[in-house]
Amino acid sequence: MPQGLEHSGTSWKGQQLKHRQSAVDRLDPRARVVAVSAFALVVVLSSDLMALSLALAGSLLLALVARLNLKRTLRRVIAMDLFMLFLILMLPFTTPGEPIFHVAGLPASQEGLVHALQITLKANAVVLALLALVGTQTATTLGHALAHLRVPDKLVHLMLFTVRYLEVIGQEYKRMRRAMQARAFVLRANRHSWRSIGYLIGMLLVHSLERSERIMDAMKCRGYQGRFYLFDDMRLTAVDVRFGVLLALFLSLLIGLHLL
Amino acid sequence: MNHQENSINEACGLAPLLDIRGLSYRYPRRGPVLDQVDFQLHAGERVALTGPNGAGKTTLLHLLVGLKKAKAGQIRAFGSERSAESDFVEVRARAGFLFQDPDDQLFCPTVLEDVAFGPLNQGKSRAEALDCARQTLASLGLDGFEERITHQLSGGEKRMVSLASVLAMEPEVLLLDEPSNALDTQARQRLLDTLLSLPQAMIIISHDDDFLAQLATRWLRLENAQLNPSEPVCERPLNGLAEKVPA
Repeated sequence: MPQGLEHSGTSWKGQQLKHRQSAVDRLDPRARVVAVSAFALVVVLSSDLMALSLALAGSLLLALVARLNLKRTLRRVIAMDLFMLFLILMLPFTTPGEPIFHVAGLPASQEGLVHALQITLKANAVVLALLALVGTQTATTLGHALAHLRVPDKLVHLMLFTVRYLEVIGQEYKRMRRAMQARAFVLRANRHSWRSIGYLIGMLLVHSLERSERIMDAMKCRGYQGRFYLFDDMRLTAVDVRFGVLLALFLSLLIGLHLL
Repeated sequence: MNHQENSINEACGLAPLLDIRGLSYRYPRRGPVLDQVDFQLHAGERVALTGPNGAGKTTLLHLLVGLKKAKAGQIRAFGSERSAESDFVEVRARAGFLFQDPDDQLFCPTVLEDVAFGPLNQGKSRAEALDCARQTLASLGLDGFEERITHQLSGGEKRMVSLASVLAMEPEVLLLDEPSNALDTQARQRLLDTLLSLPQAMIIISHDDDFLAQLATRWLRLENAQLNPSEPVCERPLNGLAEKVPA
């Protein structure tokens, strides 16, 4: 049962959210990671508006095939766009070039506008593809896929342990925060608040450190000697090969548009 | 106690599983928590280890499996002297340690992976380890938990799964650090029934006298850095009940 790579702030409860089974789930997790990386690389390096629009259309199609939840996906894409909004709004006014219109006496250049458009297209195309192909895996599957792809062990373990303990640490934070509230603490913009929040974060770090030591002890007690074991055999199937060929053709098209 | 110990010894004709002599340990700012402590654990015993908070009960268990290094004294476990880290690797495999907080113990994403972690470390093949993990889960009545996500289990479930992860290594001794902590009545009873059905010798740290009374065959109290035999808190169902009724 795949559970999407979901999270909301401090809680990984979102992992329980189910996503609908789709054709994407039949692809090998490794193939999905590699595909997204190749796609992102090509998209980020291209500057042709036509190619970028096509890329966005392609990732929209992927999102449809992956049967992404419309509301949840929109919320995430918009969150990212808001993050970039400032940059996009500023670019036409800060890039020198042919002015096409003026706002409050400031000229907006065509080059800047094109640049802003490019960035928007690139970011949305890559994020949609990521959500469709990688976002539909569990964090654990993603970790294992990365391990099978020979990503350094340390990074993979860092990710898997983060997934496992994010909620535990999040709960510790909430518990301490509630204990503070129970003693009438209200967050204000004053030294007392800042110091208290500083203590809270410091305490959280200390607790996490102690917990990591206990986890290490518990692992040693079960004979841990520096090795982890992966259970899932990941096998490439005909579906993956077909998807790979399709993607390669699509990417060639994107690159080809650029050379024209 | 000595008499009882000797008679068990003679009856089984066996050396103690764990045997510590003159063990001492001190924390930098807390002073000594163990001072010249002697202790033996024999096959079939279930030893209750009680004492005030911070008396060093957990420290003693940590010393037994080499997670902390004793300042003085000897530890013999399963017939050999143990002092270096490499000696304790075997001890840890044969003495299963159940931690206070199951969240410390269950670090794998899924239950099956977690229970199979120990057997894999013991050098079993993947198929054997998975088999062993499934059997252990089934023997504890945890069938169907294999693919559950560890951090989404309830407190009682986490406790049972962490016990499974220890039992999967087929230990000869169990070291239980406050096993009944934070369990509701039902989960506590289930744990108690499970522990009673296990053949392993155990050391049980607990503040739950009623729990210990049903389980323990011998009582020890650690206080002021000394380990002494203590009287069992007699089975007192009435008192036990009375305590649980809210005032």
